[in-house]
Amino acid sequence: MHNKTIAELAAGLKAGDFSSEELTRTLLTRIASLDPQLNAFITVTAELALRQARAADRRIAAGGGGPLTGVPIAHKDIFCTQGVLTSCGSRILHNFIAPYDATVVERCNAAGTVLLGKTNMDEFAMGSSNETSFYGPVRNPWDLNAVPGGSSGGSAAAVAARLAPGATGTDTGGSIRQPAALCGITGIKPSYGRVSRWGMIAYASSLDQGGPLARSAEDAALLLQVMAGFDERDSTSVDRPVPVYTATLNDSLEGLKIGLPREYFGAGLDAGVARVIDEAVVEYRRLGAAVVEISLPNSQLAIPAYYVVAPAECSSNLARLDGVRYGYRCQNPKDLLDLYTRSRGEGFGAEVKRRIMVGTYALSAGYYDAYYLKAQQIRRLISEDFRRAFEQVDVIMGPTSPTVAFNLGEKVDDPVTMYLSDIYTIAVNLAGLPGMSIPVGFASGRPVGLQLIGNYFTEARLLNIAHRYQQVSDWHQRMPQGF
Amino acid sequence: MSLGPAEVTKIAHLARLAISAEDIPAYARNLSSILALVEQMNAVDTSGVEPMAHPLDMAQRLRADGVSESDQRECFQAIAPQTEAGLYLVPKVIE
Repeated sequence: MHNKTIAELAAGLKAGDFSSEELTRTLLTRIASLDPQLNAFITVTAELALRQARAADRRIAAGGGGPLTGVPIAHKDIFCTQGVLTSCGSRILHNFIAPYDATVVERCNAAGTVLLGKTNMDEFAMGSSNETSFYGPVRNPWDLNAVPGGSSGGSAAAVAARLAPGATGTDTGGSIRQPAALCGITGIKPSYGRVSRWGMIAYASSLDQGGPLARSAEDAALLLQVMAGFDERDSTSVDRPVPVYTATLNDSLEGLKIGLPREYFGAGLDAGVARVIDEAVVEYRRLGAAVVEISLPNSQLAIPAYYVVAPAECSSNLARLDGVRYGYRCQNPKDLLDLYTRSRGEGFGAEVKRRIMVGTYALSAGYYDAYYLKAQQIRRLISEDFRRAFEQVDVIMGPTSPTVAFNLGEKVDDPVTMYLSDIYTIAVNLAGLPGMSIPVGFASGRPVGLQLIGNYFTEARLLNIAHRYQQVSDWHQRMPQGF
Repeated sequence: MSLGPAEVTKIAHLARLAISAEDIPAYARNLSSILALVEQMNAVDTSGVEPMAHPLDMAQRLRADGVSESDQRECFQAIAPQTEAGLYLVPKVIE
């Protein structure tokens, strides 16, 4: 049962082949026996899951519900979930029982999904390896010595290990796509504004976007259908209709124009990864697509600009964590300043403190033009690169990550080397475009992800392009040994 | 831009972060290498480029000036570190 896709599970539930309660119990048992190896979950919500499963079974028996009713999923621990610990992977929120549901959680609940638990993540989504979590690192089910990627590493590992058929994630600089790639699964970061950020703990508000991680494009489409849509509580939510993502999955790729940015295939790209990506592109030619080389000339500026914009926004967003109203408070503060500085100093981990300090510095008096303004101008240049590219092509393809999953501990002491893991994903967030990663093979025994980048609000087309590939390949069906 | 211990101490204070003295050299080293990465931005001339604050050109929506939230003080204060008589407690601010 655990190896079925969401689409298959939905059909089985509807046909009465098994109940949501049986399915939920099976997955909870798997989590209890297998997750100690992975550490993918911060909280397992077994009781809540069984309650939701029984409610879903009643709804299905009464002839109600939708495609996701009774389907168990996991939420990244960044989404506020009423009555459940929502830690964001941080000590400073280790005791934060969210008093309300994020819009994404609310929408999933309304669709009848069952919450298995909250997944591990890099602290405040700041990381590319899931090693910055207060709750310890997550391991990659394909190789327990390897990282799962980050920041949605727990969600990716849980889905890859068949502990959950699907999970939510968030992506600020690659945090859905990179762990999806490193764990051999499918993930989509929608266009900025497509999924409500309300109740999703903010890291960098102009870049953050929620989206699903699943084992196939079809499953990602089913999950995104529920997550996406206008929300008046998020001032950056976009009020435009959500297409039926499953309706166009099988559209032909005949005449599709694929652009390969030469900057994504240069120095720094692992040769094994490059070979696998080339093979995937050949497969797309067989599916009727035309391939042209394009240029995104300002690509190398994306990481420098991101490490101004994201820290600046995080230093402001994380100012609310002050030990006064919720979260961790230091022992015996001697005055208010001591309460603030020690609660924050003891509550945040090293990477979060580094980014808060970079942002504080960049925004401090006298440095605004040199850093923040400059970064915003570069952001414009990067966005213009994409605009010009989409005048020529329908979709941009390349590697999601320059390497396969690296080993735990390999980059943790060198922040700048770690930042380079996101070299192909970050520009997409700066521009606000949708991006996706799908499994297309292995290099050195570890999964390789192909990144698909689309124009604004072309999620349906990206899912279609991914789905057609998955009809002629089986990389997405591969299962890590031991799970 | 390379940061020294005094600058790190100043930034930590502005950010309201207590950093132990023995960690300051490591922060100075890491922050300096991050700033060196960031300064690769200076390789391009951006004069005349309009800054982009946000991915979508959009105006802020307005809503009617009506009450949309109910009083949930007890619910919110249930997870507060310290409260008394419906107020959040902090160390004495005014002598």
